[in-house]
Order: sequence, then structure tokens, then C-alpha cells
Amino acid sequence: MTALADTELETETEELTVREAIRQAMREELRRDEDVFLIGEDIGVFGGVLEVTGDLYEEFGPERIKDTPISEAGFMGAATGAAATGTRPVVELMFSDFAGVAMEQIMNQMAKMRYMFGGKAEMPVTVRTTEGGGMGAASQHSGTIHSWIAHFPGLHAVAPGTPAAAKGLTKAAIRSDDPVFVFENKMIYEQKGQVPTDEDFTIPLGEAAVEREGEDVTVVATQRLVGESLQTAEGMADDVDVEVIDPRSLYPLDTETIVESVRKTGRLIVADESPLSYGTHAEIIARVQEEAFFSLDAPIQRVGTPDTHMPFSPPLEQEVLPTGEDVRNAIGRVT
Amino acid sequence: MADYDLQSEAGRRDALRRMVTIRAFDEEAGDRFADGEIPGFVHLYIGEEAVGVGTCAALEPDDYIASTHRGHGHCIAKGLDPKYMMAELYGKADGYCNGKGGSMHIADVDEGMLGANGIVGAGPPMATGAALSIDYQDRDQVAVGFLGDGAVAQGQVHEAVNIAATWDLPAIFVIENNHYGEGTPVEKQHNVDTLSDTAQAYDIPGVTVDGMDVTAVEEAVAKARERARAGDGPSIVEAETYRYRGHYEGDEEPYRDDAEIERWKARDPIETFKDRLIDRGELTEDEFDDLQAEVEAEIDAAVEFALEADDPTPEQAYEDMFAEMPPEIDRFATAARTDGGESGGDRR
Repeated sequence: MTALADTELETETEELTVREAIRQAMREELRRDEDVFLIGEDIGVFGGVLEVTGDLYEEFGPERIKDTPISEAGFMGAATGAAATGTRPVVELMFSDFAGVAMEQIMNQMAKMRYMFGGKAEMPVTVRTTEGGGMGAASQHSGTIHSWIAHFPGLHAVAPGTPAAAKGLTKAAIRSDDPVFVFENKMIYEQKGQVPTDEDFTIPLGEAAVEREGEDVTVVATQRLVGESLQTAEGMADDVDVEVIDPRSLYPLDTETIVESVRKTGRLIVADESPLSYGTHAEIIARVQEEAFFSLDAPIQRVGTPDTHMPFSPPLEQEVLPTGEDVRNAIGRVT
Repeated sequence: MADYDLQSEAGRRDALRRMVTIRAFDEEAGDRFADGEIPGFVHLYIGEEAVGVGTCAALEPDDYIASTHRGHGHCIAKGLDPKYMMAELYGKADGYCNGKGGSMHIADVDEGMLGANGIVGAGPPMATGAALSIDYQDRDQVAVGFLGDGAVAQGQVHEAVNIAATWDLPAIFVIENNHYGEGTPVEKQHNVDTLSDTAQAYDIPGVTVDGMDVTAVEEAVAKARERARAGDGPSIVEAETYRYRGHYEGDEEPYRDDAEIERWKARDPIETFKDRLIDRGELTEDEFDDLQAEVEAEIDAAVEFALEADDPTPEQAYEDMFAEMPPEIDRFATAARTDGGESGGDRR
């Protein structure tokens, strides 16, 4: 467990947005390790469709910021082959929905090579991709697919909810010798927060952060819902003392920090934008009941996207997107 | 690591020996599979030996190859040891992949063998990726992606070749046209008559050579390698060949007749190359018999090794998922069913 208030913020920090934090992470790792290069669609001169790679091209040029054809299977496969042969590619998959095009490379090659070959292949590849609804991008550009990846053996999945987590996890992903997917919720790119300036600041995979301490109910929230849950918690502070945990890493998952919290509060809400059925919520809840069933004082609640695709029309999108208000209602049901 | 070429007498003899070794290995693997000793599926390379050996003869020892589901021949051509290959087919701890891969996933990345592959068309993206590493680090190597005729219809193959061509990567795509994609003839899978014509779409060289002739394959791949190393990008080499056995062992082959198989056998790559070496005075029938006997002894020893090798331990099922074992898996790794499952009751 890492409590932000206790450790990470003792170091020198600066205020960055999530977008800036991710870009800074990549800049530092590109400077640190010549084997690292970026590969994806329109990440060079264009700066990335959501402007995350931004000006990196100016510093590192076309050799290290590689614009690809629109060939998700091709460049995901090339990154896999490159990772197995001595380099450390960082892939930008423009929207996570496009994983469908590249899934063969992800599930049958990237995820399996090390294991199938009895450990004879290295796979130091990072895949950054955007998730989430909220900007009217409709069903094929708004998906939240991290449960697929976290479910699939051989892949790590992280999903930052704050600028500090975004930087620390991106750097940890690039330094990892295993495939790591970094799921960036597109609605929080402008969210600001304090980020450590130390170039060796990383957040180890599998460490959750207690973003707010509380005694009455535990909210495990991811991505956009971390900030919204913190706001909700502040708004309810007179009535209920809410603990908010950002797991940050979905696989591996810091079960211990979540379980410790539930042992204390006896109540759990899991808030994650992925579709409700068969996913991230279910996994977290299953682990809590394995370890802390007898500490529970109320039924566990889930906040997520009902099992629909993301509709285009703003009123429809707002209907299905999970929000801090849903977290408030869930807390209300169990306290 | 294999270091041989067809320019010297010793190299030609080495190439012949490798082709004989591939055939002996696969005949033995087929027999042992039929006996029920080898689990899973096996796809045999018998008949296609000149393609793998001709290709690897044109390569330098540290070049990469990415193989297919029919990969035994590529492994031997590249220089992998039949002993550890056979142990892998038997699922033993001493196999190339510690028994975790089997016939379809034999690999030795350090030796430049990026794996046999159970997914049709997955080799070319891997080769493009290896070529990308080579190019990025400015290394003096090339990467070969083998693919079958059936894989030419795969979307990921197009993407991989297009990227390699667009970026002038040092890759070579070797199409082994054995005339059947599983059980469907090549002409029913593609609109082009000549598969190497697809190279025109990428503005790269595409040639079709006699895949039953190890020399023809070697010459074409050597030329492609030279182009790749000059920084001019990839080539497509189509080798027309034939598999004598079914798609997999047990295939009843309703899609072809014996007469067709016999026509191809008349052009057998080992026989024709052997005859050529004899005609050139580089080999005698007796020497060839000795060579075959040596190879057979080597394969017998490989089977012996595989039979005597240890099974993997139950704990090995949990190893090599990641560089660092996550707690999710560690909880099983530390309580493997070493006692046949009795202790496992409280962990799942």
C-alpha cells in the first residue's frame, strides 16, 4: 500500500495535467534509454490525435517517434517482434476500441510468447490507449475495454486516475520487461494535480493508493471516477466518512490495500467505467469476499456502465455514463 | 546457430545433411505421433526441405527467422538441435520451451529462431518487428518471415509487408507455396495465379522459384538479403513446393490423389540435390548412405533423449508468465499439485 499523503508528496512536485504527466513520463524515458521508441498513428508531427505525444517529435525526431500506416495489427505485431529482439517499443493505440483490429497480435503473440517459449522471449512493450465516453465520440471511439486485457493472462493493465499515477505508471510500464497496457481515460487529460519531479519516480505495478482516508465506507474507483468519487466524498463528509482507493494497477491488483480498507469500513463500492457484467467490478468484489467476507456489513455495490455501448447523443451518453452521483447513491444505499 | 552456404563443397554437403535430418526427424515424429507418444498436433515438413534449408543457407548465423505451424524444418535449417526439439515434442522439461510450447511453438530467440507459430500469417509481423529492431539499432542482420500460401490471404500479412516496404526494413518474406491451405487448393484461395505477384502492391521485388531446388531458393534469398542489407527494403520470395504428408498427421486428404503426390515426389528435393552432388563428383552413393545412417542414429538418439528426459515439474506451469511473478499466480505456484492434487483443495 502507498498512501500518497505519506510518501510520494514528500518529494518535490509540480502541477501537471494528466496529459502533461504522461508526455513527461515518455520524454524522461526516451532520454534515459535509447532502446525506447514510440510507435503509432499520427503521434509525430501531428502530436497524437488527443495531443498526448505533443512536441516529443521535435526533440526525438522520426526515428524515435514513428508514425505508422493505419495498420493496428501490423504495428502491434511489429512492436511485439521488436520487443522480442532487443528494443522497447511504446505503442499508442489511438482508441482502445481499435484493439479489436490488433487483438490477434495482443492475445496470441505478445501475451503468450514468453510462456510458450519457456521464458526464452523478452517482451518489454508498453501499449498506451484511450478509453471512455463523455465527448460524443460514439460507440467505436468511447469503449472501456481494460477488463479484457486485465483478464487475459500474460498482460499487465494499469489505469491511472490522477496526474501522479499517470506519470508513475507510464514510467513503470516502459521500464517493465513485460507487456503493460496503460489505459488513459480521455476525459481526464486536462485534470491537474501535483506530480513528483524526480526522474526516477515510478509507481510499481500492483500498488494501490489510498487517495482519501475514511472510516465508514470504501470506494474503489478508477480513472475519471477517482476524482469524482473524491468530490462526492467531500460533499458527504458531514454525514459519512468515505475512504477512496485508486487501485491504479488492475493486473496485478493490490488486493491487500483494498481488503485492509474493507476490514476497517465493512462497506465497499466499486466504481469503474467498464461495462458491469463479467469484469473489473466482479474481480475486485470476488477478491474482497475471499479475504474479508466476514468483515462486510452491507452488500457490495457496483457503479459502472450498464451493459450498453456508448451512445452518440449527449443525453443518451449522460444516461449511461457512471458518475460521482452514482457513487453517492451507492453509498446512500449501504450507510 | 547454422553457418553454411552453398558456395563450398562442405557447405553443400551440410545443406544436404540438413535436408536429410529434417526428413528423418519428421518421419520419426510422425511415427511417434501415430504411436500415441507425442501429444497434440504435428504438421510435418516432409517434401519442403529445400525451402527452409535454401533460405537459411543464404542467411548469416545471427539473422532471424519467424516460422509457421509447420516449423520443424525451419528449426533444423536454422541450426536448432533435434535432441531438444524432440524433447519439446514429447513435452519434456529439457525441450526448447521446457515443454510449454510443443511442436507448434518451438523457439530459441537467442539463436535467431522467433518461434514456430500456431496462427497462420503471424510470422510476417514478427519478422517486420525484428527487422524494426535491426534497423533501429543499426545492426547487420535481416529477418525472414516464413508463410504458407494460405497465409497470403491473411490481413496481418498485408499490414506487415506494407510496413516493412514503406520503411525499407531488412525483412524477407518467404512464401512456401505447397499448393494447399490446409485442405483447400491454392487457386481457390487467391485471385492471382502467382503469389509473388502480390509484391507489386508494395513496389518491392517478388520472385517465384522452384522450391524443390535448394540452390534456386538459396540464390533468391541471397539476393533478397543483399537488397535488405543495402537498405533497399524487403522482398517476397515464393518457393513452389509440396508437402508429401497431410496438413497434419491424421489428415485423410480427400482433396488430392496419389498421382499428384507421386508427380511431386519425382522431383524430390533431397534426391535431386544428392544426384547433383554425385554428378559433380562431390559425393558417392556410399557416402550418402553413411550420411543417412549418421542422421538416423542422431534422430534415434534424439528420441532416446526425449524419452528419458524428465517431465516438467508442476511448478513449471506457473513459471515464465511474466519477468516477475505476480501474486495472482504465485499463490498457485507455491501450492502446486505435487501430490497429485490432494493439497490443492484449499487453494482454488
